[in-house]
Amino acid sequence: MPPEHQPGQPHHAGDGHTHGHHDGLPDDTVWAYGAPGTRPLRIGIGGPVGSGKTALVAALCRLLAQEVSTVVVTNDIFTTEDAEALRRMAVLPDDRIVPVETGACPHTAIRDDISANLDALEVLEARHAPVELTLLESGGDNLTAIFSRALVDRQIFVIDVAGGDKVPRKGGPGVTTADLLVINKTDLAPLVRADLGVMDRDARARRGDLPLLFTSLVEPEGAAAVAAWVREQLHAWQHTRA
Amino acid sequence: MDAALLLLADSRFPTGAHAHSAGVEASHGRGDLRTIADLEAFLDGRLCTVAPTDAAFTAASCAHPSRRADLDAELAARTPSPRLRALSRSLGRQLLRPAARAWPSTAYDTLRAVHPDGPMQAVALGAVAAAAGLGPERAALVSAHHLVGAITTAAVRLIGLDPFDVQAMAAARAPRLEQLAADAALAAERYGDGDPLPSTTSLLADVLAEHHATWEVRLFAS
Repeated sequence: MPPEHQPGQPHHAGDGHTHGHHDGLPDDTVWAYGAPGTRPLRIGIGGPVGSGKTALVAALCRLLAQEVSTVVVTNDIFTTEDAEALRRMAVLPDDRIVPVETGACPHTAIRDDISANLDALEVLEARHAPVELTLLESGGDNLTAIFSRALVDRQIFVIDVAGGDKVPRKGGPGVTTADLLVINKTDLAPLVRADLGVMDRDARARRGDLPLLFTSLVEPEGAAAVAAWVREQLHAWQHTRA
Repeated sequence: MDAALLLLADSRFPTGAHAHSAGVEASHGRGDLRTIADLEAFLDGRLCTVAPTDAAFTAASCAHPSRRADLDAELAARTPSPRLRALSRSLGRQLLRPAARAWPSTAYDTLRAVHPDGPMQAVALGAVAAAAGLGPERAALVSAHHLVGAITTAAVRLIGLDPFDVQAMAAARAPRLEQLAADAALAAERYGDGDPLPSTTSLLADVLAEHHATWEVRLFAS
């Protein structure tokens, strides 16, 4: 059996062990509750299974990672599936993508008991410091899932046209209150007889002035508008001091 | 004090434990855990292997604040699986998050310093229990209660066992948990006199934890 730690090896979140300071483990009072501008902007991406969350994260990384130091935490219910998919797509170096297990309760891990995700975010952000943008992809869940405000600073909720054009009308905290609602797979609308006009009208009725974007992430520039929104949020975050 | 005990024992207290099955998923995947009888055997196995050691370390950490660095090293030495050591430290870190807000104490600073990756979970739990005003025996009872809760909840989620049967099984073990906590408190007291703490562990649990970590598809962290 290998020794528990080997001097001189870089810190890693597993059984690794550095000497001296807590350099792998920031003081949570600084990071978890840090003021805007003093730590990376954390954006949560939630939504039902198959709506395109992983595709959106991959597209955002492709569009942003060259200009913005980015890390990703995934919460796929089957642990490593999404992280492995992102690694295969090579949108970021492997060590910038970390999966977190959620014990069959993806909503618990982003809302009621956020400790495991906070822990993963902080270790990842410290390891790659300075990080500017952290994307946290929730496991696919139902319409009632929402991120804790202690875990992320902004949240994107992703639904898709193929799930039926009634979804925006059903509402729920993701559709109603997310900082950005993304309605994906517009290319499939004719095939599933979904009325984008109905979705647009219902979503606006639920959300008031909160923004809404229609996407088709299979298109080369499908996530460009979402990336532009993220850039705006990042700019606001980095120029705000509480 | 009872209100603090209930809060710390409540599975809704956010410590990250909900993502852990305490070995249930690994045994289920191996085909060893399918029925309520299997679960009963699994639970009783844990109650005479890992539970007394965890409970004794929790009680000792509660009773002997100045010995927490020793306790941490001794518990790590009783945990052969590197995966389980890393997860225990991760759960220790995660427990300190809500606890430091709920029961502020200067003890957490020295506790965080026992290891760069955070304290082993039982050592952290004992310190948190002390900060919450609980004594060693109650701290040990929380430790055993959490183990039973992790096992039974995971079995309900993974296998779909009857939740009423499962809770009845947990309730039937109440006298046993109380005895376990009393024994742990006694062991903690003797630790202060120089006696070693228990080292009852389950080798199969350690081996399966390493195996579990390699699965491509899993729901739980352990």
